[in-house]
Amino acid sequence: MIAIIKYDAGNLTSVERAVTHLGFKSVVTDDLKKIAGAERIIFPGVGAAGSAMESIRRLGLDKAIKEAFLSGKPVLGICIGTQIIMDYSEENDTSCMGIIRGKVLSFRFDESRKNGTVLKIPHMGWNRITVHRKHFVLSDIKDEDEFYFVHGYYPSPDDKDQLIGTTEYGIRFASVIGYKNIIATQFHPEKSGRPGLSILKNFCVWNPC
Amino acid sequence: MESMLSKRIIPCLDVRDGKTTKGIKFSDNVDIGDPVEMARFYYEEGADEIVFYDITASNEKRDIMIDVVRRVAETIFIPFSVGGGIRTIEDMRKVLLAGAEKISVNSAAVRNPEIIARGAEAFGNQCIVLGMDVKHVGKSEKIPSGYEIVINGGRTFMGIDALQWAKEAEKLGAGEICLNSIDADGTCEGYELTLTSLISENVGIPVIASGGAGRPEHLYDVLTKGKADAALIASMVHYGTYSISGIKTCLDESGVKVRKSW
Repeated sequence: MIAIIKYDAGNLTSVERAVTHLGFKSVVTDDLKKIAGAERIIFPGVGAAGSAMESIRRLGLDKAIKEAFLSGKPVLGICIGTQIIMDYSEENDTSCMGIIRGKVLSFRFDESRKNGTVLKIPHMGWNRITVHRKHFVLSDIKDEDEFYFVHGYYPSPDDKDQLIGTTEYGIRFASVIGYKNIIATQFHPEKSGRPGLSILKNFCVWNPC
Repeated sequence: MESMLSKRIIPCLDVRDGKTTKGIKFSDNVDIGDPVEMARFYYEEGADEIVFYDITASNEKRDIMIDVVRRVAETIFIPFSVGGGIRTIEDMRKVLLAGAEKISVNSAAVRNPEIIARGAEAFGNQCIVLGMDVKHVGKSEKIPSGYEIVINGGRTFMGIDALQWAKEAEKLGAGEICLNSIDADGTCEGYELTLTSLISENVGIPVIASGGAGRPEHLYDVLTKGKADAALIASMVHYGTYSISGIKTCLDESGVKVRKSW
């Protein structure tokens, strides 16, 4: 059973639907026992870091996710879930979970124009990833595949060895982070068509050692 | 150019009482009027997003759309938005919970701009799309941009300047604008480029151009000269004249960055 962490963040059901479509069993839950008993964890979310962390702490989910990570279970972070596993987010000046060392920073485009092109914030739409390190979960990704992003902040891990994939939008930022049994994407695999579904599918059978 | 996002190609489906008003004509001449099947078809064809407009007239039949949204969400794995008939935060919540990524508000926001702010607070800016129906009226003191907001399919002039309204909606928390030119809509002669670039260059949120698409060159024009981030299409694909993958090939060959792998 895969536990999809439930907290006050939008659009948790789309992850569940995608996982169901792929033929895996999942439950959207904030029940600490169910999370402790799950085989693997997906930590999704849409929203702002401040209210997300507040909800996570109130429900005791920060400890549950850390324990899942320390026990060696596969953990997948998505979007805001990828951001709040870091130490700190500039969004709402939020102290986060600290599973991955580093910060979450705001896109800042000094000259809002680059090459005469306006870079709008949030970064919303389809973009590519450059894979820097091979990872089982990304094994079916092709160079030309694109993924659906919607975010105004991006994660910046201290340890560059944790950079699995990067994406360029004004700057080059970490779009896939991996460390031991955790893999985290800034984009939404559940909304990224075939390549996104391949990431979810591979995660559902991934056995990190 | 590396930093640029792919330009999005977005088919738009009008849905009444759970059925699309225009079916897709497949090569075997079978019309399919089921919005879920049409969504699947366009998803597999490479659509980057899908827009549904619920044009159901009676309130009693509104829940049919919620069921459509739920079934679409189980079928396609790209973002989609739903507009039409959304007047309250509760309406928004229902559609989002059923699985839509975004909801669009049009005349309800003109009448009550607060709904944008309240929706953005409750669900995040990225969920709230402002739909704007716009007509060219010429510059005046009241309408300095020369473009006025209209509702009721263009029959009612609201005395609101389109550019000012776009900027205000952005401040209120709209995450995106779907800009429909009533003048160009249905002509198949191309998007309103002046209007589109005017709005797109003066707001910091993405702009989807709507109204007038008839040929792939029209999309090229609005995504380059018109500065649009995305282009809405309807009849040019619904009637089988063009395919989404074919349009994307044309755009790609003309140097417009589009998503080519799906």
